[in-house]
Amino acid sequence: MAAKTANHKAWWLVAPVVALVAFNALIPMMTVVNYSFQETFGDNVFFFEGFKWYEQVLGSERFHAALGRQLAFTFTILVIEIPLGVAVALAMPRKGIGVSVCLVLMALPLLIPWNVVGAMWNIFALPDIGLLGRALNGLGLAYDFTQDPTSAWITTIVMDVWHWTSLVVLLAYAGLRSIPEAYYQAAKIDGASAWAIFRHIQLSKMKRVLTIAVLLRFMDSFMIYTEPFVLTGGGPGNTTTFLSIDLVKIALGQFDLGPAAAMSLIYFLIVLLLSWVFYSLMMRNEER
Amino acid sequence: MAQITLAGIRHSYADSPSSPSDYALKGVDGQWADGGAYALLGPSGCGKSTLLNIVSGLLQPSEGRILFDGKDVTALDPVDRHVAQVFQFPVIYDTMTVYENLAFPLRNRGMAEAEVDARVREIAAMLDLDDMLERRATGLTADGKQKISLGRGLVRSDVNVIMFDEPLTVIDPHLKWMLRSKLKEVHQRFGTTMIYVTHDQIEALTFADRVMVMTEGEVVQIGTPVELFERPQHTFVGYFIGSPGMNVMPCSLFQGDAIFDGEAVTITEKPVGSASGSLELGVRPEFITFAEDGLSVEIVNVDDIGRHKIVDLRRGDHRIKMLAGEDDPIPWENPRIRFDPDHTRIYADGRLL
Repeated sequence: MAAKTANHKAWWLVAPVVALVAFNALIPMMTVVNYSFQETFGDNVFFFEGFKWYEQVLGSERFHAALGRQLAFTFTILVIEIPLGVAVALAMPRKGIGVSVCLVLMALPLLIPWNVVGAMWNIFALPDIGLLGRALNGLGLAYDFTQDPTSAWITTIVMDVWHWTSLVVLLAYAGLRSIPEAYYQAAKIDGASAWAIFRHIQLSKMKRVLTIAVLLRFMDSFMIYTEPFVLTGGGPGNTTTFLSIDLVKIALGQFDLGPAAAMSLIYFLIVLLLSWVFYSLMMRNEER
Repeated sequence: MAQITLAGIRHSYADSPSSPSDYALKGVDGQWADGGAYALLGPSGCGKSTLLNIVSGLLQPSEGRILFDGKDVTALDPVDRHVAQVFQFPVIYDTMTVYENLAFPLRNRGMAEAEVDARVREIAAMLDLDDMLERRATGLTADGKQKISLGRGLVRSDVNVIMFDEPLTVIDPHLKWMLRSKLKEVHQRFGTTMIYVTHDQIEALTFADRVMVMTEGEVVQIGTPVELFERPQHTFVGYFIGSPGMNVMPCSLFQGDAIFDGEAVTITEKPVGSASGSLELGVRPEFITFAEDGLSVEIVNVDDIGRHKIVDLRRGDHRIKMLAGEDDPIPWENPRIRFDPDHTRIYADGRLL
C-alpha cells in the first residue's frame, strides 16, 4: 500500500466558498451577536450587558404585539394562498396554447419589484384618487386604509395574495403536471370520484411541492417588509407594524443597536423554529 | 366474463387524419374468446397500447366498434365496461395502506364493508400480500406495487377482462419470472379473460394461448405460439419472433419451385394464389441444415451460444443465418446448405402465399 501523502492544497479549492460564507453570513451574524450583548454610546465604546437586551425584548409588550400581528398576518395569507393556489392550478389547462398564456399571466406578479407592488396598491387603494378606494367608497363602504385599521389589514392581505398566490400556483401546477397519465386512467377504471382523485392522487402527489410552497410563503411572509412599508408604513398607528418593520424602527429610527440586535436574533430563531416545525409536520408520514 | 369482438377499429390521434400514416390503428378486426389468455405483441409504436386503451374504454376509437358478448360497448366508460387494467408503471394510492388500496375499487362501487373485507383478504392471500395489508403501499418494492395494481382488478368479481400494458417493464429480472407465473396461476384459478401487451416475445409466448402480432397499426397474425413459429403469415412475424429471426430473401417462382439466386429450392407446400408483387422466400435458421448437394455458401462467422451455434453465411449479396447443433461438424471446406422443404415458405409483398 502506498503511503498517504499529506496534501493540504485542497483547502485552496474550498477557500472561495469559505470566504463568501464568512463575509456574507458569518461575520455579519457575529457582529449582530456582538451588539446584542453590549451597550454603546458611540465612539466605538462598548459595555458588556449580558442577556439584558434579550430580557427586555422578550418582556416588552411592543414585541409581543408585533409578533402577534405577524403571526395573524402569516396565518391568514397561508390559509388563503395555499388553497387558492391549488384551486387555480387545478383549473389551469393541461395542454395547448392556454398553458403558456396562463404561465405568463401567473409569472407577471412575481416579476414586479416589491416596492413597486406596494406603490401600485397604495395608489390603487387611495380613498380619494385610487380606483379601488373610490369605487368602494362609491358603493357606500367606509373604506380608508390610511385611517381605518380593518381597511389597512384587508388591503395588506389582498395585496399579498395578489402578489404571491402565483408562486403557489406555479409550484402546484408543476406538481400536477408530474403525475403520470396512468394514475388518472387507473382511477377511472377503479371508479374513483372526482374528490377521491383529488384527495388520493392529486393532493398526494402535490404534497412535496406544497410543503415547499408553505415553507417559502411562511418564511417570506414572516419576514415581510417592503410592501406593507410602502403601502401603510406600518400604520394607521402601528396596526400593520410587523416584526421587520418594528425592527427597522428600533434599529434605525431609535438607533437602539443592542435591543435591535437581540430582537434580530430572536426573530431569526423564531423563523428557524417554525420552519422546522412546519417541515416536520408535513413530512411526518413520508417515511412510514 | 365476456367474449370480446373488435370490428373495424381505426384510430388516429390527429384531429383530421388524411393519409393512412396518420392512423395509429389502420383497421383491426379480431375476436378474443371468453376466458382466454391473449398477448398483443409488437415493437414500440405499433399501436398495441392504443388498441388496449380502446378495449378498456380509456380511448374512443375514431372508427369501428367494440363488442362484449355481442353487445356494443364502444360508447361506454371503463367503469361501465367492467374492465381492469394494469399499467406499465405500478399505480398505487400513496395515501392508503395496502388493504385500502385493494378495497378502493369495491368501496367506490358501494359494496358492503363485510364483503369488501372478505374479498380483499382472499385476493391478498392469493397474491402473497396478506402479511403487509396494514402497511403503507408507498414503501413497497416495484413488484409488490404491481401486485397491488393487479389485485385492484382481481378483487372485483364483475370484471370482464383484465388488461396488462407491459406490466413487467419495471420489475427486476428475477422477480419477473415469479410475477409471470403468478399471472398464470391467477388466470387458471379465476378463468378471467386476460390480454397482455408486450414487445417481449418470450413474455408473450409463455403467457398467452394465442398471440396477436401487430406492426404499424395492423394485425399481421393471430395464432398460437407454435403457429407463429412454424407458419408465420407475414415476413414481419417471421423475423420479429424467433432468435435469430427468419431469413427473408428475394426469389422468383418457376413451376411451383422457388428460384433463389439462380438455384431451385424445393418447397412442399406449393404456393396458392397469384404470385404478384415482390416475392420473397422465408426460412427459419432452425430449418436450414448442411447438406452435400445443397446451395453452396461461404461461412462468415460461427457464434457458439451454448446449446447450439449460430452460423452466419453468405451467398452472393445475401446473408443467411442458420442454427447448427452444439456437436455438429462445420464443413469449412466447400459448405453447402439445404432448406427444409416443409418449412420454407413464399411471401408476396410480405404476406404468405
